[in-house]
Amino acid sequence: MKTADLDLLTQKTAQAIENIACNMEASCRAALEEARRREDSPTARFALDVMCDNADIAAKKGFPVCQDTGMAVVFLNIGRELYLPGDVYEAVNEGVRRGYKQLRKSVLDPVTRVNTGDNTPAVIHTRLTDGDRISAEIMLKGFGSENMSKVFMLNPAQGFEEAKRLIIDAVASAGSNPCPPVIVGVGLGGTLEKACELSKHALFRKIGSSNPDPELDKTEKYLLGEINALGIGAQGFGGRTSALAVFIEKFPTHISSLPVAVNMLCHCSRATSFEI
Amino acid sequence: MEKRITLPLDKQTALSLKVGDGVLISGEMFVFRDAGHKRLFESIKAGKPDINYKGETIYFMGPCPALPSQVMGSCGPTTSGRMDKYTPYMFDTGLAAQIGKGKRSPECVQAIKRNGGVYFAAIGGAGAIYSSCVTAVKEICYEDLGTEAVRRITVKDFPAIVAIDAKGNNIYEK
Repeated sequence: MKTADLDLLTQKTAQAIENIACNMEASCRAALEEARRREDSPTARFALDVMCDNADIAAKKGFPVCQDTGMAVVFLNIGRELYLPGDVYEAVNEGVRRGYKQLRKSVLDPVTRVNTGDNTPAVIHTRLTDGDRISAEIMLKGFGSENMSKVFMLNPAQGFEEAKRLIIDAVASAGSNPCPPVIVGVGLGGTLEKACELSKHALFRKIGSSNPDPELDKTEKYLLGEINALGIGAQGFGGRTSALAVFIEKFPTHISSLPVAVNMLCHCSRATSFEI
Repeated sequence: MEKRITLPLDKQTALSLKVGDGVLISGEMFVFRDAGHKRLFESIKAGKPDINYKGETIYFMGPCPALPSQVMGSCGPTTSGRMDKYTPYMFDTGLAAQIGKGKRSPECVQAIKRNGGVYFAAIGGAGAIYSSCVTAVKEICYEDLGTEAVRRITVKDFPAIVAIDAKGNNIYEK
């Protein structure tokens, strides 16, 4: 049985965080450029110019793209043939501690509001997979957008059509707050927390990729069209692009319910993955 | 294209700005966000405000730590709506302008209109650009709040949009 290299996991986690804090995810950067090209509102155009220039300056000078370097969210896929010689969660958190040395420490106790001082703990989801490797998907999640999340526990009678309406509503009511154009993650089904987890994981998809489920793919395109028709525009100034993408993940649910979770990313996605 | 304005913002300039105008701001401003406002209001309640914000501009922001090459780390705006409950009082007691991102409550819009104030929207997520605009920074109080402490910064050509003008016109209500 192969032994997992947890020191390497720590090291790679720290490197990934340092890197994505300053380098917007590539498909998001390209989508932003496309939004700028298409925009005809001068105010939204002003905002998109600043956003694009900012991404370039951040990458060139090694400055964080946004001062909200977020809370680290990590999905760990652990090969079941691996022997884990220590605490995987601590290995990731040590990587967070190191990766955030030059970044903003935004994590604190929810009751006392006392900062933990090193941006730990990360929110870590673990999944067991085939093989003998660990793959990690890491996101620095900003909270201007996180605060706009919504979850709905629908009746089966309300169905998928009502779910679509509520997803559009969630983006409409968030308006300017999540730093549009946003990326919308949707989790359908499961239980309350499963829907939320799916909505977060959906945000790791690359912009421009298709959903492997044809029905969901069609729905994503429909929702993106409807959301852009809202006219929120960059920074909520009014304009053609309110969202860069909609990504949906689903999971079977109970006969009594249709859980729907909506989670948003701002226009600067800071997500990446690695495998060891 | 953009109008150049200098802080402190005088009444005449404030009245000349129209919703949707692009501006490049230069001068000094206070910087703080949620926890700084909460504590300032405790001091106001106790009858001895910790800072004098009359005629001043407050930017809602909590920076990244500065790299050796920076005066201030990445420093884009945070969501202004969380400061809405403090805002009418501050404009009524002399604040000239606020800078943040996102929509404001009807009470804030009314207070801005009543006092001839201005609300500027900086571009959310543009932390690296705003860092390049900061030429000086001074710690003022509440250092224990870390990124949320009260600071005073000097900026040059800080890009923003007039989001609510002195007449109460609101870019988010178009």
